[in-house]
Amino acid sequence: MTCWETIQAYGLRSIGIGENLLPRSDFTLCQQFTLIGSGMLWNIYFGVLALVAGFFLANAIALARNARNPLIRKPADWYVFIFRGSPLFIQFFLAYEALVMLPKGGVDILGIHLNTAWTTRAWAGALLVLFLNTAAYSAEIFHGALKSIPKGDLEAAEAYGLTGWKKFIRIEWPTMLRLGWPAYTNEAIFLFHATTLVFFSGFPAFAQKGDALYYANYFADKTFNPFVPYPIVAFYFILLTLAVTFFYGRVNRHLNRHLPSNIRSKIRLRPQLIR
Amino acid sequence: MFEACADPKAIEGLTWAACYLTSAKHVDFYWSFLTVLLLLAITAPAALGMGFLGATAARSHVAPVSWLGKVYIWMVRGVPDIIFFLFFVIALDQVIEYSKSLAVCADHAWPWQGLEFRVCPEAKVPLSKSSPFWHQAYGFMLAVVTFAIVFGAFVANVIFGAMNAVPRAQLETAEAYGMSRRQVFRRILIPQMWVYALPGLGNLWMILIKATPLLFLLGLKDIVYYARELGGSKTQAYEYPHGDWRLWYFLGLMVFYLTFTRVSEIGISKLTRKLSHGQATAGGEALRRAGA
Repeated sequence: MTCWETIQAYGLRSIGIGENLLPRSDFTLCQQFTLIGSGMLWNIYFGVLALVAGFFLANAIALARNARNPLIRKPADWYVFIFRGSPLFIQFFLAYEALVMLPKGGVDILGIHLNTAWTTRAWAGALLVLFLNTAAYSAEIFHGALKSIPKGDLEAAEAYGLTGWKKFIRIEWPTMLRLGWPAYTNEAIFLFHATTLVFFSGFPAFAQKGDALYYANYFADKTFNPFVPYPIVAFYFILLTLAVTFFYGRVNRHLNRHLPSNIRSKIRLRPQLIR
Repeated sequence: MFEACADPKAIEGLTWAACYLTSAKHVDFYWSFLTVLLLLAITAPAALGMGFLGATAARSHVAPVSWLGKVYIWMVRGVPDIIFFLFFVIALDQVIEYSKSLAVCADHAWPWQGLEFRVCPEAKVPLSKSSPFWHQAYGFMLAVVTFAIVFGAFVANVIFGAMNAVPRAQLETAEAYGMSRRQVFRRILIPQMWVYALPGLGNLWMILIKATPLLFLLGLKDIVYYARELGGSKTQAYEYPHGDWRLWYFLGLMVFYLTFTRVSEIGISKLTRKLSHGQATAGGEALRRAGA
């Protein structure tokens, strides 16, 4: 099999398109690169969807934590505490066991029949956990940013007659994003890293459709040689990290476009947010 | 454990619960919490040491040493830590066995042959005839080294940043007093760097706590392993039949971790307060004002 044929057979294997059987012997470098690369599709799927959805929830939670009413503030505080204080690994297990307990046939709510079988599948269940998890971490970042908005900016806004919603949407929210963005970039990177946990934590990979680390682990188990597949995943993840940094850097530039270039906040990568 | 537990099928209610929770397997489960604490107790200082070495190496004036330190620091940035965990556990084992085989085996064949890793039986670590305890202990040792390497890189990152954060004027003053480079490092840089390193190190301690369930991935019988084993539904063939209780076991683990991180958080904030005392930082200034 030439390398091009391998790519055709296994390039989309992780989503069930192409050759059904995984290679079993005579593993070539091309096969490893192709399969692990096809697994990256899952990492990107989990990461992108969780980040996009999590961004909105994170904003809501950050605002709720800033609310004066304890009925709004306390639940938000607890939500962030629970998701930031416990390991993601345990959250995956817990969510899986909880979702398995839903009735198999589905539930009837207000006359509508809801099918629940799909919630235990990784694409839905793990995505839900990653979404809630990143929302909690990002909410903490945005909450901190919201609290560190310079007092002068807010006073200036009021002096110009901006109050309430207008003040929030024109001054507070953009400033919050701008201040929190470097930390949020880190969060995005480490969320992508966290997606590798999915298929090692309760959520089964059906028909051997797994993520990049799942296939790397498959090759390492089969060949007893960890020195090839793991560096390949590492390579793919470095590329992914660079892509994320580039994209978030562009957004950062956009958020800072009104500032003189010497005081813009630069994005520094800090590995302090893995979970 | 208790005499009443001799026939578990005949008892009910609270006695059943007491017997169930003190069965031999549950006692193993409770001991596995100690495994986690032991791992933390060994790994934290080891990682601190590795990190300190890494950061010092990265600051070195000898180019190759400084590159080595920097590669070590940079290593964890782009690549998920789980990959390192899975990689190092096998790689370390194979490297150890291969080096041992060079010393004790008659033929020095390349061990990665086809689809297996083969060394002569005398080179196996631990030997196949050793007791299960040694197999467990060796697995634990590999896990500790792996954790120390990966978290050492995180720590090195924090300490390297903290060393750079110490005000330049402090070091220059020391140099003006005629201290050698080594004296400046030992007497000025190290004592002052901790207050800058502490927020990052505190963060890392939390991450380390939250990384301990990954022991399960390294093939150790840790708390996650037992929670899955004990929680799984048991038929009448078992002494204590019950349904699928894994959810409750995992809830228990969750509470354990939440308590642990919360207590650590409080401890770290107290330590930060203590270390900020008398420092030329915003925290130290706030303390001074509050006192005055």
